[in-house]
Amino acid sequence: MAIRVFLVLVLFLSSAIVSFSLYEDQAGLADWHQRYIGKVKHAVFHTQKTGRKRVIVSTEENVVASLDLRHGEIFWRHVLGTKDAIDGVGIALGKYVITLSSEGSTLRAWNLPDGQMVWETALHSAHHSKSLLSVPINLKVDKDYPITVFGGGYLHAVSALDGEVLWEKDFTAEGFEVQRVLQPLGSTVIYVLGFVNLSEAVVYQIDSKIGEVVAQKSMVFPGGFSGEISSVSSDKVVVLDSKKSILVTIGFIDGDISFQKTPVSDLVENSGNAEILSPLLSNMLAVKVNKRTIFVKVGGEGKLEVVDSLSDETAMSDSLPVADDQEAFASVHHEGSKIHLMVKLVNELDNVLLRETIQMDQHRGRVHKVFMNNYVRTDRSNGFRALIVMEDHSLLLLQQGAIVWSREEGLASVTDVTTAELPVEKDGVSVAKVEHTLFEWLKGHVLKLKGSLLLASPEDVVAIQELRVKSSGKNKLTRDHNGFRKLILALTRAGKLFALHTGDGRIVWSMLLKSQACERPNGISLYQWQVPHHHAMDKNPSVLVVGRCGSDSSAPGVLSFVDVYTGKEITSSDIGHSVVQVLPLPFTDSTEQRLHLIADTVGHVHLYPKTSEALSIFQREFQNIYWYTVGADDGIIRGHVMKSSCSGETADEYCFTTRELWTVVFPSESEKIISTLTRKPNEVVHTQAKVNTDQDLLYKYVSRNLLFVATVSPKGAGEIGSVTPEESSLVVYLIDTITGRILHRLSHQGCQGPVHAVFSENWVVYHYFNLRAHKYEVTVVEIYDQSRAENKNVWKLILGKHNLTAPITSYSRPEVFTKSQSYFFAQSVKTIAVTSTAKGITSKQLLIGTIGDQILALDKRFVDPRRTLNPSQAEKEEGIIPLTDSLPIIPQSYVTHSHRVEGLKGIVTAPSKLESTTHVFAYGVDLFYTRLAPSKTYDSLTDDFSYALLLITIVALVAAIYITWALSEKKELSEKWR
Amino acid sequence: MAPILRSTSLLALFVCHISLFFCFFVSNLPISSGSEDSYTITGRVRIPASTVIGHAAKFSNIKVILNGGQNVTFLRPDGYFTFHKVPAGTHLIEVYAMGYFFSPVRVDVSARHHGKVQATLTETRRSLTELVLEPLRPEQYYEMREPFNVMAIAKSPMGLMVGFMVVVVFLMPKLMENIDPEEMKSAQEQMRSQGVPSLTSLLPASR
Repeated sequence: MAIRVFLVLVLFLSSAIVSFSLYEDQAGLADWHQRYIGKVKHAVFHTQKTGRKRVIVSTEENVVASLDLRHGEIFWRHVLGTKDAIDGVGIALGKYVITLSSEGSTLRAWNLPDGQMVWETALHSAHHSKSLLSVPINLKVDKDYPITVFGGGYLHAVSALDGEVLWEKDFTAEGFEVQRVLQPLGSTVIYVLGFVNLSEAVVYQIDSKIGEVVAQKSMVFPGGFSGEISSVSSDKVVVLDSKKSILVTIGFIDGDISFQKTPVSDLVENSGNAEILSPLLSNMLAVKVNKRTIFVKVGGEGKLEVVDSLSDETAMSDSLPVADDQEAFASVHHEGSKIHLMVKLVNELDNVLLRETIQMDQHRGRVHKVFMNNYVRTDRSNGFRALIVMEDHSLLLLQQGAIVWSREEGLASVTDVTTAELPVEKDGVSVAKVEHTLFEWLKGHVLKLKGSLLLASPEDVVAIQELRVKSSGKNKLTRDHNGFRKLILALTRAGKLFALHTGDGRIVWSMLLKSQACERPNGISLYQWQVPHHHAMDKNPSVLVVGRCGSDSSAPGVLSFVDVYTGKEITSSDIGHSVVQVLPLPFTDSTEQRLHLIADTVGHVHLYPKTSEALSIFQREFQNIYWYTVGADDGIIRGHVMKSSCSGETADEYCFTTRELWTVVFPSESEKIISTLTRKPNEVVHTQAKVNTDQDLLYKYVSRNLLFVATVSPKGAGEIGSVTPEESSLVVYLIDTITGRILHRLSHQGCQGPVHAVFSENWVVYHYFNLRAHKYEVTVVEIYDQSRAENKNVWKLILGKHNLTAPITSYSRPEVFTKSQSYFFAQSVKTIAVTSTAKGITSKQLLIGTIGDQILALDKRFVDPRRTLNPSQAEKEEGIIPLTDSLPIIPQSYVTHSHRVEGLKGIVTAPSKLESTTHVFAYGVDLFYTRLAPSKTYDSLTDDFSYALLLITIVALVAAIYITWALSEKKELSEKWR
Repeated sequence: MAPILRSTSLLALFVCHISLFFCFFVSNLPISSGSEDSYTITGRVRIPASTVIGHAAKFSNIKVILNGGQNVTFLRPDGYFTFHKVPAGTHLIEVYAMGYFFSPVRVDVSARHHGKVQATLTETRRSLTELVLEPLRPEQYYEMREPFNVMAIAKSPMGLMVGFMVVVVFLMPKLMENIDPEEMKSAQEQMRSQGVPSLTSLLPASR
């Protein structure tokens, strides 16, 4: 009954077009936005005496940003395109940030204070090569030293003022690989050092004014080079030979090349393979050998000499000039839970300028990179600050023995997200006092009333905002009965698991994935491992984190089980096999642990948890487990079933072999798989029936075993603009994954990818590019069950002559029919998701992540195949929108309102306990969270409901009653006297 | 393909905005070995001054995107942008600026005409004589609060309730007064004579 009331309500509410909309003062109430930059690759300090101190960083997420050195806030940042990886950063003329990107072919200058792009130059590039950027340190501000850039086989000199290419020199000769471009300070000579076929060293001497080769020398080195190189001074480099056992010093004073060989074994006894480390130290070299770092001093004649040796786990910065022609560098090493930061002079390693010990969170892992900066203290001594990048990608600034600020940059590379409940509020848990006195409560509501009547002053608006945030109690660490407070679990590429609170986005706990087998496992995916509800209520819920040792798919996997409430790892295991696919099974054991199958590269599957109980459950369902694999490269989709237990040398009773059941082969000359998608396994569908306007009944074909596949012709797999409409076509399929049957096929001529799709209930919505119209298109396909379509007759239902109770089997051939419709859409799309609610009653909204990194909420009714040009009156009443050729983009329905989720990668939705509301979490470089009510909050009062007005009305009514009562008494009395 | 182009090098086309006509340049850059014929698309984003607050600050956050993310570029202070190394063909340029909606632009780079650019707004199907992109409309992400309005209050359920009460309290007595006292009396008599309706009076058999 209650559900029926709900339905009526929903129908009533959906009769008006509801769009997500927000008043400006409601921004930030239910949503939060966090800005990140990613793992820092390069950092350049800008710490002049005047003005704000900042550090310019470039990151692995292709972000260039200017950070406040005092607080770590972002002054400005730019997210470059995905293929526009940054190779180098520098500051030119004291006012421009120079970035070299796209393998040395794009050079851009950004205004240092505000990040406005000043100029952009496309550099000539012929082939892939190292890209090197050298921005001269300006000695005289008025003089414009050119920036020298090497990339794509060409050396360019570019004016820093306007980006004009002054000259360029071709180094694309066959086999010649440029290794270093060196320019002695203040000199007009540029040395270009390269190897020919890794056996001959060539040095070009170039006039930096005109770009002409002044001199060229080459010399053959019989042992061959390995390519690892470190420049120790402006006329000397050190290279490893091809066996990595001899250090070769190449000197090229005035263009004369000289080699000096020093076997590593002369420096260190029992040496294995050596490795040159990247930090640039003047006249010094850091070499990693025998798991230790040795410092090798390079003498005037290329003589090498070991001066110091450190433990392996040391990170170093480049050397930096400090006073009196001295150079210093910073090194950081770990000791237990502490890190030691040391700044030493390069020439005198015993002279430690700074030694600091800092307590460090274990879950940040090791120090990866150190960037050092010095400043002059008031007593004219040198002070140092160090920017360090940790293993979990976080960025910290150390100064005066303390962490000044830290940024959790791991969150810029989230790979998987799931949600978890918070613990139930117990007696012991103290509830924050929200309202103090009745007066304050009333005052707050009066303020709110003022706000809603537009009588509030700007200060009042601020006060209202604060009050709302405070009074909602949304930041508590316990469950609420609406299910608004939840934990968002985000796994990052660095293998760190974060739990974020939905209330304000703060990090509740974080945990770094560990492994015995390898140093740094990558995070791949997250699964709900244990969600206790019926029995095992005393257990805490837990998640399964799947990681991998290395980027290759055949690398061994790592499993970790994490308690959601505490953030502690329960157990972790290095599984001996690789992880290709993880299949959560619809079975749980007596402690509510979900059974998972993990498929490896050799075609075996492994059952987890490895308990006999799980095994017995699995044996019972052995025949009913099916899964599929998509081979995007060979264009084959395969269905698999279980065969038997594994045999062989590593036989283990939890390992099973499989056999192929069916294959769907796409002709490789005409079709290439570009996208596959299934329904979310935990999606709730409220009803299978759909009532039409003419009281007709349709049955949705709701199957969990449907796979949506999109293929394009191989020519159309490239970018837009690379094909003509005649050459490309897009075909979509709906495939049953149990039997491999193709239930539906739809082809779009003259269309191409990329395809972004969303699959929910019985419909698929996908976005692709129409080459003929040269516009993006969105198509909806709805699937209905034909076999049940006869069950419309009431008499049949009463007399029991229907097949509704007949068992459904996935083996049978379903009789389905589809309806579809296409619309234009005016924007490129990065990802599409759909809202999900607890019972699936609330109407759905599509969440479209646009290329502008905003998220647009589009009502599902806009993508309804029943839309017609002129809907009848009955259809209109049902809420069918007249057909238009394109989908509307209503600015108020951007759920991200005035924010951008830069680098948007995915959108995750999760239901709250309140049927009307859904959680939306979007991740990319930025994170964004909001709560949505696709049909408005029909089951609760809105936040801006004015209790004060209600109260005032009641008081006024009571007063009126008393007054009128008194008046009527009086009147009656006078009447009686008369 | 046009055989002339095999020999020509990078041909660049600049849309000269200031002089308001197309002009063609054959750049003197050396031949890039092994790469196809590629062209340069230069255009300009112009936001009408009337709709903008803080012009320069806004410009730094505008992105221009070629072919759905293949290339991303930014605007120079004067509003110009350039895509380099674009092959001949039909491309799509999109401009993303917070607060504005730009129509995607279909850009045809002709191989036959040395990289001549033809641009059409895909939303309005209007062809552009020069690649100057202007927003179709500004976007307002927030709902505007209705200013204080007596009618709105009156129309709300609370207002209707109050209104009804006012009607009952003040108008009903007036209505009662208007009724003829005689009629009133007779009506009251009638009511009294009928007395309390009982089951017996309703059943015809008992009469």
